[in-house]
Amino acid sequence: MIVAQQKPISEIAQMISDCKKVLFLGCAGCVTVCLSGGEKETDVLASAIRIKRTLENNPLEATTFTCTRQCDPEYIAGIDNLVKDVDAIVSLACGVGVQYLAERFMDKWVVPAMDTKFAGGSVVHGLWEEKCGLCGECILHRTGGICPIIRCSKSILNGPCGGSQYGKCEINKDIDCAWQLIYDRMKALGKLDKLMEIQPLKDWSKSRDGGPRKSIREDVMIDE
Amino acid sequence: MSNLSKLQQVLDSDQFAVTAEIGPPKHSSSEGIRHHAEMMRDYVDATNITDNQTAIVRMSSIAAGAHVLNSGIEPIIQMTCRDRNRIAIQSDLLGAYSLGMCNVLCLSGDHQKFGNHPTAKNVYDVDSMQLIENLRRMRDEKVFFCGEAIKEAEPQFFIGAVANPFADPFEFRVDRLEKKVNAGAQFIQTQCIFDMERFERFMEMVRERGLDQRVHILAGVTPMKSWKAASYMQNNVSGMIVPNELVERLKNAEDPKREGLDICIEQIKYIKEKVKGVHGVHIMAIAWEEVVPEIVEKTGLYPRPKVG
Repeated sequence: MIVAQQKPISEIAQMISDCKKVLFLGCAGCVTVCLSGGEKETDVLASAIRIKRTLENNPLEATTFTCTRQCDPEYIAGIDNLVKDVDAIVSLACGVGVQYLAERFMDKWVVPAMDTKFAGGSVVHGLWEEKCGLCGECILHRTGGICPIIRCSKSILNGPCGGSQYGKCEINKDIDCAWQLIYDRMKALGKLDKLMEIQPLKDWSKSRDGGPRKSIREDVMIDE
Repeated sequence: MSNLSKLQQVLDSDQFAVTAEIGPPKHSSSEGIRHHAEMMRDYVDATNITDNQTAIVRMSSIAAGAHVLNSGIEPIIQMTCRDRNRIAIQSDLLGAYSLGMCNVLCLSGDHQKFGNHPTAKNVYDVDSMQLIENLRRMRDEKVFFCGEAIKEAEPQFFIGAVANPFADPFEFRVDRLEKKVNAGAQFIQTQCIFDMERFERFMEMVRERGLDQRVHILAGVTPMKSWKAASYMQNNVSGMIVPNELVERLKNAEDPKREGLDICIEQIKYIKEKVKGVHGVHIMAIAWEEVVPEIVEKTGLYPRPKVG
């Protein structure tokens, strides 16, 4: 899932300080799962800013709603009537949702309540970890199911570098060295010989470096 | 007149090589590096020019290398993968070669977190293994990294790499060295050795696989000025092992600087005499370049062989 984290309330409040009527829009997708932008968080954020504005003698009329997904035109089409009268929309979705709103509601001030962090998953309740670098060409079959692109601080494909010690990364003792994990797993699988193959230069054009990407499935497209 | 680098000629003729290190300055004057180069000139075969070491902005290694070369020492250009993509790496190295610099040392580079621009974006388009392999292909197959032919004047680099016997997983360190040799590394400089016992175990594995016959290994040493410096390395530099005895010896010394130099001299003598498969020594006198001549003299490595 996409993991996102709410920005500080003061920062969000600043973005809408001159607005009188604001829609706080949550998302029932990834940000609900990572407990940062779902229905509950949306209500809490709206209340907090409403109170802050009252205390500042600048009252705010805040409404709330949570979409099934903000990254899908069909779900945001349903909120047209909620958006009609507001000065601004505070989106609690990831950066994708914010952009879909900005595209649909051209005349509205759309602001992000979240910092979109990474593609990852949960470790224990309350802790999420980055796992995928979204590089566009998966190599996990060559690295024992552990992604060095995003989990190695240097994205090294022929690791580990000389900074790996006691299983940890040179940049922080709380970060596991991805290449130590890869080594351990390949050893356990009896596949260490695979690590002796020199991994060639990566084709980063399949990643963000090739420009914004599209994924097309003509077989599921519906002719209008 | 051979077009091989002096360092390569020394190593290929089975002589014990000596390299040192010059750190470019955090300003735009070449005075200091030229002074260090002149001082070391007769005592080393070549000197590394670090590439924004610990991710602190300094004069570029290639520009500093040009000053060093003009001062009469052959530079070993350090090229890290942190700051340049494959386009910039090739371009800079073609430029370096055009200025007469044939020795290149390929490294990943310290993470920018350690430097003075921790909010910078890193590159790591290429890793050190791929850099070695592709520089070899530039020379031997006359192709750019993309495979396109280099129509004339392909750079004939003497390709170096690093090995860290003190990093983990220990048992994979020799594998990784072998991988670098397979990729095209011709000489290896190791991380600073303080834990001699571990280095000897490493070299034993290297010899078992015959790697010392396929690549020139230069043992890295660093003289330490104080017990605090040693203790800092022990606790704060990942991939280093500094035994407690060493810290204690410096702590108890009447003249710690003298003691630090003596330790370094002992280490070099020991490596040269006892550790088989080592082809030279790489002296990293960090911010203490002026002691290099004394270390070389007192270890019996002076005068340096005349080659070319």
